Amino acid sequence: MYDLIVVGGGPAGLAAACSAWDSGLRSILIVERDRELGGILNQCIHNGFGLTYFKEELTGPEYAHRFVELLSKTGVEVRTDTMVLEITGDLRIHMTGPETGYRVEEARSVILAMGCRERTRGAIGIPGYRPAGVFTAGAAQRYVNVEGWLPGKRVVILGSGDIGLIMARRMTLEGAKVLACVEVMPYSGGLTRNIVQCLEDYDIPLYLSHTVTDIRGRDRVEQVVVSEVDERRRPIPGTEMVFDCDTLLLSVGLIPENELTQSAGIRIDPRTKGPEVFENMETSLPGVFSCGNVTHVHDLVDFVTQESQRAGAAAAKYVLNGPAAGESIALRNGNGVSYTVPQRVRPENVEKVFNVFFRVNRIFGPSRIVVSAGERELCRFKRDRLAPGEMENITVPVKLLEGVAGEITVSVKEA
Amino acid sequence: MRELVCIVCPRGCHMKVDDEWNVTGNTCPRGAEYARAELTHPTRVLTSTVRLEGGRYPRCPVKTAAPVPKELLPRVMAALDEVTLRAPVHVGQTVLEDVCGTGVAVVATRELTA
Ligand SMILES: Cc1cc2nc3c(=O)[nH]c(=O)nc-3n(C[C@H](O)[C@H](O)[C@H](O)COP(=O)(O)OP(=O)(O)OC[C@H]3O[C@@H](n4cnc5c(N)ncnc54)[C@H](O)[C@@H]3O)c2cc1C
Ligand code: SF4
Repeated sequence: MYDLIVVGGGPAGLAAACSAWDSGLRSILIVERDRELGGILNQCIHNGFGLTYFKEELTGPEYAHRFVELLSKTGVEVRTDTMVLEITGDLRIHMTGPETGYRVEEARSVILAMGCRERTRGAIGIPGYRPAGVFTAGAAQRYVNVEGWLPGKRVVILGSGDIGLIMARRMTLEGAKVLACVEVMPYSGGLTRNIVQCLEDYDIPLYLSHTVTDIRGRDRVEQVVVSEVDERRRPIPGTEMVFDCDTLLLSVGLIPENELTQSAGIRIDPRTKGPEVFENMETSLPGVFSCGNVTHVHDLVDFVTQESQRAGAAAAKYVLNGPAAGESIALRNGNGVSYTVPQRVRPENVEKVFNVFFRVNRIFGPSRIVVSAGERELCRFKRDRLAPGEMENITVPVKLLEGVAGEITVSVKEA
Repeated sequence: MRELVCIVCPRGCHMKVDDEWNVTGNTCPRGAEYARAELTHPTRVLTSTVRLEGGRYPRCPVKTAAPVPKELLPRVMAALDEVTLRAPVHVGQTVLEDVCGTGVAVVATRELTA
């Protein structure tokens, strides 16, 4: 019986395990299906990680390495090459790997840190044949950066998420010609800095309010047709542009990987597609915590680390001091807010402040973020700009929740 | 007056630089520094991979240890194409000293065991 089993050894799992160790747990196991720890960071060889947490600009593998080093100073047990197949409601973890075979381990607490996967062409329904040459941007990233081969020479990228932008630059540097980056929304899904340093630096055009309406070619992609869309995202006839290319990369979003979560009967939030969590990252199943991209899709690993440390400390507290107590208050999404994490807060379980991560559903200019209980405003935060591609983060003093019952609302008001 | 976006950190501040080199719109001093550099001699950190032999994977990720002039990026890429490392490789290990006369080293960014 382990005190804690962490499922997934990416940055979320690593930070959670280290912080559970620091909080006093001594029998901890990390289970990772890949051959190495580090998760998606191992293929993200670009820099820009760790600016908030380490105050340094690191590449993905370097960031992962920092945590692997920290972990090696603890007594946390690691099983790589081992896949978790099922988590039951009574915290029995079924896993299989070439060294140990099929095993069932029991745990007093569990941390879900399985990350996310990419949306595919099937998930967004592009018409046309299914020729070779259509890749998700993350798959292309692995081919180029880890396996060492270039998936194509003339490339169109659908979606302006960060992975697509990073791959536009990466493939250009490796000698491919990136013809266009095409985004269906009127704004980019990625960080502004990536538009500048990945597209503008290399004169790659970004077509906002455009989408791919046809893929031509039987064995291999030969052409991609791009059309402008109207405000309801329907293609406008007569606006077609044809690109001669051999490759289409899809950077159309990430989905938290929650099959295990669902099989354990844990409540999923349809907005984040991850488990619903309390202020301490605990899910609807007591003793099971969740952090990182499996909970909600993050743009910055620094926030993954911060959230995961909270999950690790909370798991330790659960095992050492027993379950968290108290009534909970729900966080509702008001104007402009598409989701919040956590979804519920138990004031009794918060020392001074709690963090709320959220995303807005459109671009806002100068505005304020308002937390309110009914008609009563509890606190407000000023922002110059808010965009769906950039996760927001507010810190709320728990004493403001005195006398509040039921729910509070997070909303955005333009100044 | 020139407008530009700071790429030093994920905040991506929108900045303006006037004819006297006064910078506005930056949240921190690093933005002003970046804006002046960007309008006089733009530099970038380059990240890429080099050939690896005897390791688990055929490539080892690397970076320039400091920003290098932007116009030299294609030449640095060509220089990296000439490099072959042998596993094991350690994070921070020098791969090339003084790449393309920039005075900047290229270093490995991943641990790769043999
Ligand atoms: C392409 C890309 C570029 C990015 N660029 C930046 C950037 O420039 N700056 C920045 O700060 N952030 C960036 N990010 C974001 C950041 O890297 C992620 O938010 C972070 O890696 C998420 O960490 P995680 O541990 O939740 O997930 P992951 O890193 O995905 O780790 C999850 C781990 O769980 C394992 N796993 C899953 N299921 C199982 C199972 N059933 N059994 C065992 N193991 C399992 C997986 O193998 C994986 O190792 C980027 C992300 C991507 C995808
Ligand atoms: S000015 Fe400072 S805060 Fe703004 S993007 Fe640049 S480094 Fe970040």
